[in-house]
Amino acid sequence: MPERPLFLERASFHRRRLGDAARVLPVLTLILLLVPVWWAPASLSYAGGTVWLFGLWTVLIVAVRVLHRALLRAEAATQPVERAGDRDAV
Amino acid sequence: MQFEALLATCLAYVALMFGVAYAADRAAARGHVRWLDHPLVYTLSLSVYCSAWTFYGSVGYASRSGLEFATIYLGPTVVFTGAWWGLRRLVRVARMHHVTSVADLVSARFGKSNRLAAIVTLIAVVASTPYIALQLQSVRLSFEVFAEGTAQATRGGTALWVAAGLALFTILFGTRNLAADERHHGVVTAIALEALVKLAAFIALGVYVVWGLADGPADMLERIARASRDPVLAEGWLIRPDRWTALILVSAAAILTLPRMFQVMVVEAADEERLHVAGWAFPAYLLAMSLFVLPIAVMARDLLPAGMDPDLYMLTLPTATGQSGLALLVFLGGFSAATSMVVVCAIAVATMVSNHWIVPAWLALRRVPAPDEMDDLRGFVLNARRLAILAVVAAGWVYHEASGGSAALAAMGLVAFTGMAQVLPAMLGGLLWRGANRKGAYAGIGSGAALWMALIFLPSVGAGVTLPVPEGVDPWTAAVALSLAVNTLAFIGLSIFGFPDPVERLQGLSFVSAVEPIRHRRMLRGEDRAEPLLAMARRLWGADAALRYFQAEARAQGKSGYLPDLTPRFLNALERRLAGSIGAATAHAMIDRVAGGVALTVADLMQVAGEAQRAKEETQRLEAARAELTRTARQLREANDKLTALSVQKDAFLGQISHELRTPMTSVRAFSEILKDPGLTAEERGRFAGIIHDEAGRLTRLLDDLLDLSVLESGRAQLTVTVANLHDLIGRALAAASATRPERGFAIDRDVLAEHLGVITDADRLLQVLINVISNARKYCDAERPQLIIRVRRPEGGGAVIDIVDNGSGIDAARQSLIFEKFARLNDPARAGGAGLGLAICREIMLTLGGEISYLPGQGGAAFRIQLPQRPPVPA
Repeated sequence: MPERPLFLERASFHRRRLGDAARVLPVLTLILLLVPVWWAPASLSYAGGTVWLFGLWTVLIVAVRVLHRALLRAEAATQPVERAGDRDAV
Repeated sequence: MQFEALLATCLAYVALMFGVAYAADRAAARGHVRWLDHPLVYTLSLSVYCSAWTFYGSVGYASRSGLEFATIYLGPTVVFTGAWWGLRRLVRVARMHHVTSVADLVSARFGKSNRLAAIVTLIAVVASTPYIALQLQSVRLSFEVFAEGTAQATRGGTALWVAAGLALFTILFGTRNLAADERHHGVVTAIALEALVKLAAFIALGVYVVWGLADGPADMLERIARASRDPVLAEGWLIRPDRWTALILVSAAAILTLPRMFQVMVVEAADEERLHVAGWAFPAYLLAMSLFVLPIAVMARDLLPAGMDPDLYMLTLPTATGQSGLALLVFLGGFSAATSMVVVCAIAVATMVSNHWIVPAWLALRRVPAPDEMDDLRGFVLNARRLAILAVVAAGWVYHEASGGSAALAAMGLVAFTGMAQVLPAMLGGLLWRGANRKGAYAGIGSGAALWMALIFLPSVGAGVTLPVPEGVDPWTAAVALSLAVNTLAFIGLSIFGFPDPVERLQGLSFVSAVEPIRHRRMLRGEDRAEPLLAMARRLWGADAALRYFQAEARAQGKSGYLPDLTPRFLNALERRLAGSIGAATAHAMIDRVAGGVALTVADLMQVAGEAQRAKEETQRLEAARAELTRTARQLREANDKLTALSVQKDAFLGQISHELRTPMTSVRAFSEILKDPGLTAEERGRFAGIIHDEAGRLTRLLDDLLDLSVLESGRAQLTVTVANLHDLIGRALAAASATRPERGFAIDRDVLAEHLGVITDADRLLQVLINVISNARKYCDAERPQLIIRVRRPEGGGAVIDIVDNGSGIDAARQSLIFEKFARLNDPARAGGAGLGLAICREIMLTLGGEISYLPGQGGAAFRIQLPQRPPVPA
């Protein structure tokens, strides 16, 4: 059983970091959705809130799409065997 | 529009759905699954999340509570932003275990416990029934909007007809097969189409409202701002952060745990790859479905007379503005939303009911089966599922009829969400935490469900208790927070203090690490039970499919025929395939019964771990041995290199020495020859004899040196250790060396006081070294006014250090390393008149004395340092 390498080459390293970003994204989403509402509910309830909410929503969708494309590309660039190393996910 | 025309459109639409589902099923049967497997079809099928409650209800919700309606869509958006690492993994694990429902997932994780699955099924049934009733109601109400003025009798049975039609559709396309992977291409394709209708209807109405009725987005925002100036509305619209948070979290939990969502998202997913697209496409769908909600609500409020039901604004708004075609499209959208939800929910809940209630009960009733029982289990399971579908839809209809009023049902969507959310702690915990165990899951799900029933479900139907909460706290939020908190704490608490049984621990490992489950050889009994297993599989899958599977497995093992060996791997795969048809718990029980598995013990578990550990250790041992071999090989190579170098050195030495001996020998021979000439004068004779004498002397010195060197090198030199004064030794050395090139006047710089050091060493040998070094300086120093500096000191560790430095040009760096080698004369041998062994001998002497002689660079001339130890080493 080969030990997991201590250091990775550039492509694998890049893919791991993108994986980290994918993990951070839902947390960030939750923060962006909750914190402003606790902060200033009145200013986010009406017309201004509509713009804020749908703007944020669109940005999130684009962010997920960009991230997933980058992850797919990074995954294609590295060995598929490496995917077994995703253990530390959920 | 005429009610009859509406009915006809509706029937045509239903016929289209049947046709699409049928065509998709046929295409799948013929193996044409490429476009059926497209990620977009998968994404659209996820839209079953948007039921009639969200289709009609979100506008009503928005007109009462403003932006709060969006939380229902924001929760799933949060979950899908984590699609890459979260959902992908959930799908991978669920597919690895052929999980058939959310109840099955929880049961499989916690030791294949059917009782746990039965409890989850109960929650699902209780939560789904009113939810299905809500869908039926929305269809009935939407019919009624069009049927204004039509006789009451015509529309009385709408809900019944819809329910019957949906049950038929579900039974037709939802129970066609009992495949190992519970996929329903027909249903999924029909739902994807309905998703498009829903979206088209919503966007069409939204575009009409924003650009047809209002003057574009800016005007729409202005209208929203104007509406919010109404104090009553403003209060309702004000976001309450606690509710906002709870709603987002609950809807995020719902997308993972609602039976219908689990069905389309996990069970119907062929692989996890489709989540790459769904990760952004599904949130985009949700955004599109909610973008126009607030505009429609505001516009309807502006244009429609007060007192109309906001939940039906979607239909009444286009009707009131004379857009009957748009109204029909919206009606079809709502109809799609309601029907797709009922169909998928019925399939999901019916699978749970039949797998976790009916089949286990039936198996338990027939406790002692004949090993060759021939009855058609497949038919039984399918019938059980059909029965369950009928029962689930019928229960929804009965509930609808019994509750009657619309107000009681409107809240049912959130009630169902919170009910299924009680499964989330056990589900997430089971996937993330190996320590989670069955007792914890029982306690968590049980306590959460009880609190949900008492604080949320019963109050929603007008019974139960309302949580006494302080002023200003939202009761619903408090109830949700309390039930989920108690649930989670009970789950964690009992997991911490429990010790799970071995099956559960194996499953826990498999779920948390997303690796294939292990099965130990000791877990099996009887190697000749392949035939009963085949018989059992045949009863579930049908003869052909079972034979095909067994044959393929046998071939994979390298056997011919239909009966593979009962290896752990085969039994494992078979059990998980069976689990795809009847659930993990039942499959486990059946395999155990037929294959005669024995109860797994902790000792077996430790042995499994031991085997893995041994394999790992073996690999590590091999690895170490390999490294050792590499090391040895390198050492051997180095030794070989050294030997080769030594051999070359030896040859060079022999060559040198022959040359050195030959030169004086040649002169001796030549002059002896000349001496034979009788005609020489006495003076000449004397001169030649002198030369011969000198050359013979040189020859003798050379041989002496060589002997000396060989004695020293072989370590056979005898030391006569005495105490000597360095001052005396240096004085004697200077006197002896002054014979070398006596014509040169050297200025000697000595530190007489420091020189009075006593050393314990072989004085004669040390003197030999000193003479050699000083003579060398006299020979080679090329300075105009040569000078010799001699410094002596005692280092900290004892002994002595003697530095002898001249002011010549020194030795260039490249040759410094060579001067202690044999025959390393730096310049013309004739001039130096030595054999080039002096410094080599010096080094050997110093090594024998336990000290060292070295060249000191950078001292302004040739500089040698002689280091003496406190006492010479004792010869071994």
